[in-house]
Amino acid sequence: MSLALLALLVAAGSFGAGLLGAVTGLGGGIVVVPMLTILFHVDIRYAIGASLVSVIATSSGAAAAYVREGFTNVRVGIFLEVATTAGALLGAALANVVPTSALAVLFGIVLLYSAYRSLRGDSATADLPPPDPLGETLRLNGSYPDSVGRVPYVVHRVPMGFALMLLAGTLSALLGIGSGVVKVLAMDRAMRLPFKVSTTTSNFMIGVTAAASAGVYLHRGYVEPAIAFPVMLGVLAGAVLGARMLAGAEVKWLRRIFTAVVCVLALEMLYKGLTGGV
Amino acid sequence: MTTPPMRPSTPQRPSSAEVGRRRVWSDHDVEQVIGRLLQAGVVIASIVVIVGGAMLLVRHGAERPAFSVFRGESSHLRSIGATLRGVLAGDARAIVQLGLVLLIATPVARVALTLAAFAAQRDRLYVAMTAVVLVLLLVGLVS
Repeated sequence: MSLALLALLVAAGSFGAGLLGAVTGLGGGIVVVPMLTILFHVDIRYAIGASLVSVIATSSGAAAAYVREGFTNVRVGIFLEVATTAGALLGAALANVVPTSALAVLFGIVLLYSAYRSLRGDSATADLPPPDPLGETLRLNGSYPDSVGRVPYVVHRVPMGFALMLLAGTLSALLGIGSGVVKVLAMDRAMRLPFKVSTTTSNFMIGVTAAASAGVYLHRGYVEPAIAFPVMLGVLAGAVLGARMLAGAEVKWLRRIFTAVVCVLALEMLYKGLTGGV
Repeated sequence: MTTPPMRPSTPQRPSSAEVGRRRVWSDHDVEQVIGRLLQAGVVIASIVVIVGGAMLLVRHGAERPAFSVFRGESSHLRSIGATLRGVLAGDARAIVQLGLVLLIATPVARVALTLAAFAAQRDRLYVAMTAVVLVLLLVGLVS
């Protein structure tokens, strides 16, 4: 395949990745890596480098809109970034100690259960814990735009959210997965933030998490310009469109799309763990 | 698709609008500035990548490179210095790489700007938190 045709096809596929990544808060890596390796037979290392670029492009491209529209909770983002960046360094340090295959299987099971809970989440508000006073102290409570105006919300279980973020950072470093899934789940399930706030704040944070490991990948030569450029431009265009669609999108559908992606990722983790591919 | 109706000012937002005598940045102001920075970073990086990508396709578009073989170790674009030298020499791959580096720098710049914004708000707790994130980020980038 000629470089020009490859660039065109990769850009088109990346557009879809950016769109999906922006509306789910998961980044585009979940689509970019299998697309490049399976469809275009690109070496996994180039695919990982391109995936890193795609996550940063989705994050920055969509966050530019989400932050200004007031969906993203910047304080929650910064507060939790402390945990994820620390977790990423912890994960890198633990890489040779932890049995990653067993961890991948465990993580896959946890993801499947979380996906099930998340899908039921739209109606299950009865078991809501009381608001966490830390939300007030740390000024994490906020409001987000809805069709009726700005809707205020309070955060719950702040320490549990922080702990899960530490785990998110560690897991993404250990298993080589995007940390968006655990981020969205921690904010949605533990801290009980509104779904759109959870996904947009996750989207805001994943760029920073990815940038933290960018130096290593650049230095190892994983970022190949000829592959990364159509990925970046395609993902950006998709992310910008996704960001425009989010405001009007129904949470019910966003949850379904998110859950579907989480299930795919869970099965991938189970497969990798059981076949020793991690 | 239209943007949702936004309030004319920011009445319900949790803001630290009054600290001492002088009005400092509200959270809404901070959000606007962060949003603009992200937008600027993405636009600048995209322009550079588009220029480099177009040059790459014009010169090598008909070639059939084998990306199934990893040659990353021998790439001369693994350091910023070599990338910049390549840009000056008019190397299309180096120009794309510069754009990608600018894209990667955008979230880092965003954290640095957030630090400055919290400092302007005199929000010591968040200045400290953002400083921790920035330090951990830079440790990851240089290691």
